[in-house]
Amino acid sequence: NNDVNKGVILSTVLCTDELIIHLIWCLYSSWWGGVQMGPPDPILGVTEAFKRDTNPKKMNLGVGAYRDDQGKPFVLSCVRKAEAIITSKQLDKEYLPIGGLGEFSKACAELALGADSEVLKSGRNITVQTISGTGSLRIGANFLSRFHGGPLDVYLPKPSWGNHTPIFRDAGMQLKAYRYYDPSTCGFDFKGALDDISKIPEQSVIMLHACAHNPTGVDPRPEQWKEISDIVKKRNLLVFFDMAYQGFASGDIDRDAWAVRYFIEQGHNIVLSQSFAKNMGLYGERVGGFTVVCNDAEEAKRVESQLKILIRPIYSNPPMNGARIAATILNTPDLRSIWLGEVHGMANRIIKMREQLVAGLKKEGSSHNWQHVIDQIGMFCFTGLKPEQVERLTKEFSVYMTKDGRISMAGVTSGNVGYLAQGIHAVTK
Amino acid sequence: MSVFSEVPQAAPVAVFKLSQDFSNDQFPQKVNLGVGAYRTDEGQPWVLPVVKKVEKIIVHDDRLNHEYLPILGLPEFRSSASKIALGDDSPAIQEDRVGAVQCLGGTGALKMGAEFLRRFYNGNNNTKTPVYVSAPTWENHNAVFANAGFDDVRPYKYWDAENRGLDLAGFLGDLESCPEHSIFVLHACAHNPTGTDPTQEQWMQIADIMMRRKLFVFFDSAYQGFASGSLEKDAWAVRYFVSMGFEMFCAQSFSKNFGLYNERVGNLTIVAQDADNLKRILSQMEKIVRTTWSNPPSQGARIVAITLNSPELFSEWKDNVKTMADRVLLMRAQLKAKLQALGTPGTWDHITEQIGMFSFTGLNSKQVEYMVKEKHIYLMASGRINMCGLTTKNIDYVAESIHETVTMVQ
Repeated sequence: NNDVNKGVILSTVLCTDELIIHLIWCLYSSWWGGVQMGPPDPILGVTEAFKRDTNPKKMNLGVGAYRDDQGKPFVLSCVRKAEAIITSKQLDKEYLPIGGLGEFSKACAELALGADSEVLKSGRNITVQTISGTGSLRIGANFLSRFHGGPLDVYLPKPSWGNHTPIFRDAGMQLKAYRYYDPSTCGFDFKGALDDISKIPEQSVIMLHACAHNPTGVDPRPEQWKEISDIVKKRNLLVFFDMAYQGFASGDIDRDAWAVRYFIEQGHNIVLSQSFAKNMGLYGERVGGFTVVCNDAEEAKRVESQLKILIRPIYSNPPMNGARIAATILNTPDLRSIWLGEVHGMANRIIKMREQLVAGLKKEGSSHNWQHVIDQIGMFCFTGLKPEQVERLTKEFSVYMTKDGRISMAGVTSGNVGYLAQGIHAVTK
Repeated sequence: MSVFSEVPQAAPVAVFKLSQDFSNDQFPQKVNLGVGAYRTDEGQPWVLPVVKKVEKIIVHDDRLNHEYLPILGLPEFRSSASKIALGDDSPAIQEDRVGAVQCLGGTGALKMGAEFLRRFYNGNNNTKTPVYVSAPTWENHNAVFANAGFDDVRPYKYWDAENRGLDLAGFLGDLESCPEHSIFVLHACAHNPTGTDPTQEQWMQIADIMMRRKLFVFFDSAYQGFASGSLEKDAWAVRYFVSMGFEMFCAQSFSKNFGLYNERVGNLTIVAQDADNLKRILSQMEKIVRTTWSNPPSQGARIVAITLNSPELFSEWKDNVKTMADRVLLMRAQLKAKLQALGTPGTWDHITEQIGMFSFTGLNSKQVEYMVKEKHIYLMASGRINMCGLTTKNIDYVAESIHETVTMVQ
C-alpha cells in the first residue's frame, strides 16, 4: 500500500487512459496514505467525549483529576502561595541540568523514602526530575531496557493503569501479568498474587503500585505486603514501584509510602516513579521523579550518568515551573504544613463520597453488596460494572467512565452522588 | 550482587561539562563562550520584559488552573506557533492541512517527529531509512534519531573548513546520490554550530533536488527571529519549501527567541497534503506522546500563546527579539574589527557573514585547548563560540586571546 503512495508506478493491468489518471494520482499521492486513524486514548478519550455531551447532568468520572465538592478543579492554596514567592524572586529561565532541579529531586526522594532513610544518608540513590509519572515510567522503562541484565519482562498486576503496557512495550520490554484483582470479591486476590509471583522467572521486573492501586483502589494490607516482599526476595525480582498517589490514599504521606520504605528496609534495591500531579494538583505542570536505589554512591553515579544519556535525546532537560513550585512547598515548613493539610482534605472528601455513594445505593433499593466501594482506597473505585452496564450508564445517564468499570471518585460531589447512585442502580438491578 | 553493577560510567554531555568547568574556574577574567543561551552586555541571562509581563498576568488570573493540557498541547499555542513559522497568510494553513504537536522544547519536537517517521514513513517501522544530518550539526541530532530507532544516521556535506563557508557542491552531491526517500534534517536558519546558511538561490536548488528525489524534509527551527531580527526573513526557507508542496515537519523551539529555555516550549509543525492525512497523522502522534510524557507542560506554552495572540504583546515580543539579535550583530562586527586591527593571521570575514548565536571560528582543537587552559575562555572543541558570551567588557580580552592563540599554536 505504501508503494502505491510513493512516486510513479507503472501498472500493466490498466489501459492507457486509466493509466494516465493512475499515474497522475500517484504523483500527487501522500507519504501518509497508509497511516491508519489511531484509536482514541481510552482514558483521556473519555474526557473528550464528555466535553461534547450537552446533558446538564453529565458527570465526568473518567480521568483521575481531583475536583472539589462543586465539581471544580482545585488549585491548592500552598501552590498559589508558592507561586507568589517564586514570582517575587524574579528568577532567570536558564536551562535546568538534565536531571532537573536539584532542590526538587532531593525533596522528592526524601518525601518517598523518609528524611531519615539510610539510603539518602549513604547517597546510594539517584533521583532525577521527570515529566510527571508518565515521563518517570518511560525513563525507567528505557533504562531497564538498556541496562537490565535479567529478562526484559515486566510483570504488571492484573489489571493495571492502561498506559503501563504501551510505555513498557515502546521501550522494548515484554509485558506479563500476575493475578491481583478478584472480581468475585472486588478485593485483593492475595492467594492468586502470591501463587503467580512465586512462579515469575528470577530477575524479572515486577511492577507494584505503592498505594491507591489504579484502577481498582484495592491495596494489600501491611501483613500482605510483608509476604509479597518475602516472595519477591525469594524470586530475586527487580521491584519497580509506581507511586502516583502518595498522600492521596489515606491522607497521610508516610502511611502511603509504607510499602516503599518497607521493601527498601528489607533490602530490595527498588526503582521508583513518583508523580505530583494529584497530591499537589500540579497535573499540567508535569512534575515527577524517578529513583534508582543502588548498592552504593559509586554505582549511583554511574547510573546517573546513563540516565542523562537517556534523557538528553528525548527532551534535553525538564520544565522548571512545576518542579520549582513543588520544591518550594516541600522545603518551606509553613507551606509544607499547609500542603499536608490540603492533601488530607482531598483524601477525606473522597472517603466521604464513597460512604455517600454506598448510602445512596442502599436508599435506591440496590440489593448488591457495595462494601468494596468503601474498602477500596484512593481516587478510583472499581465498581464491578460490566462493559454493557458502563455503556448504558454513559448513554442513558451521561455518566462518563472507563469501560473497565472504573470511576474516579474525585468527580463525585455531594450534589451529584444521588444521581450517580440512581444511575448505577438502574443499570445493575 | 546488584543488577546494575555492570552499568558503565557514561561520558558527560560535552556542552554541559564545559559550563561546569567554567563554573569551577576561579580565574577572574574567565569567559564562557560555550552553551547556547543569550546573555546581556552585563553577561547576565535575560528574561524578556514581555515574558515578565505575561507571567504576572498568568499568576494573577484566578481563572487559570493547573489541569492537564490535551495530549497534543494547548490549542492556542499550537496554532499560533505554526503561524509564526509558516506566516499568517499561509495557504497551507488556510487549506486546513497544517497541524502541530506541542512538545518539550525543540528536542522534544525532533523526538516526536523522529518517532513518527520511524513508525510510519517509507514502510511501517522502517528503521533502515537513512537519516541525514549536516556535517557538523547540533550534537544531539544524531542521538535523537538513533534513539528513535533509526539504524542509519549519516552526515551530509555542509561545512567547508578550508574556505570557511557552505560546501554547496558537496551538499547538492549528497542530495543527488543518497537513497531515495532519505530523511534530511535541515537547519531553517542560523545553522548550529557553523552559523552558515544557504542563500535563497541555494535553498531553491536544494528544494528542487529534494522534490525530484522524493527526500523527506525535516526542518529544525530553533532561532526564528534570533538570526536576522526578522521573523519573516528567518522563516524564508521553511515557507519556500511549503510553497513547493512538500509534506514536511518543522521542529520549532521557543527556548531562544522567547528566552524560555527551562520551560521547554517547542512545537512540531506538520504540513500534510490534506486535512484527512493530517487528522490521521495527529491521531498517531497522540499515541506516541502518551507513552513518552502523556501531555506537555502548560506554563511555557501559556506564556507564548498569550503573547502571540495579543497584538500589543506580540509587537513587544518582536522588539525584545530584535534587541537580542542586534546585540549579537554588534558583537560580531566588533570582534571582526578588533581581530583585523590586531592583524590576527587569517581572514575573519566569516564572523560577520555567519548568522545567529554561533560562530565557527575555525580554531582547531589544539588552539581551543589553549584558549580554555591558558586563557580561561571556554568554547567547544569544534571551535564554536556563542557570540552571546561576548560583551563590550570582555571583547578585547577575547580578541587578544584569539590573536595570541592563533600566532602561538598551530
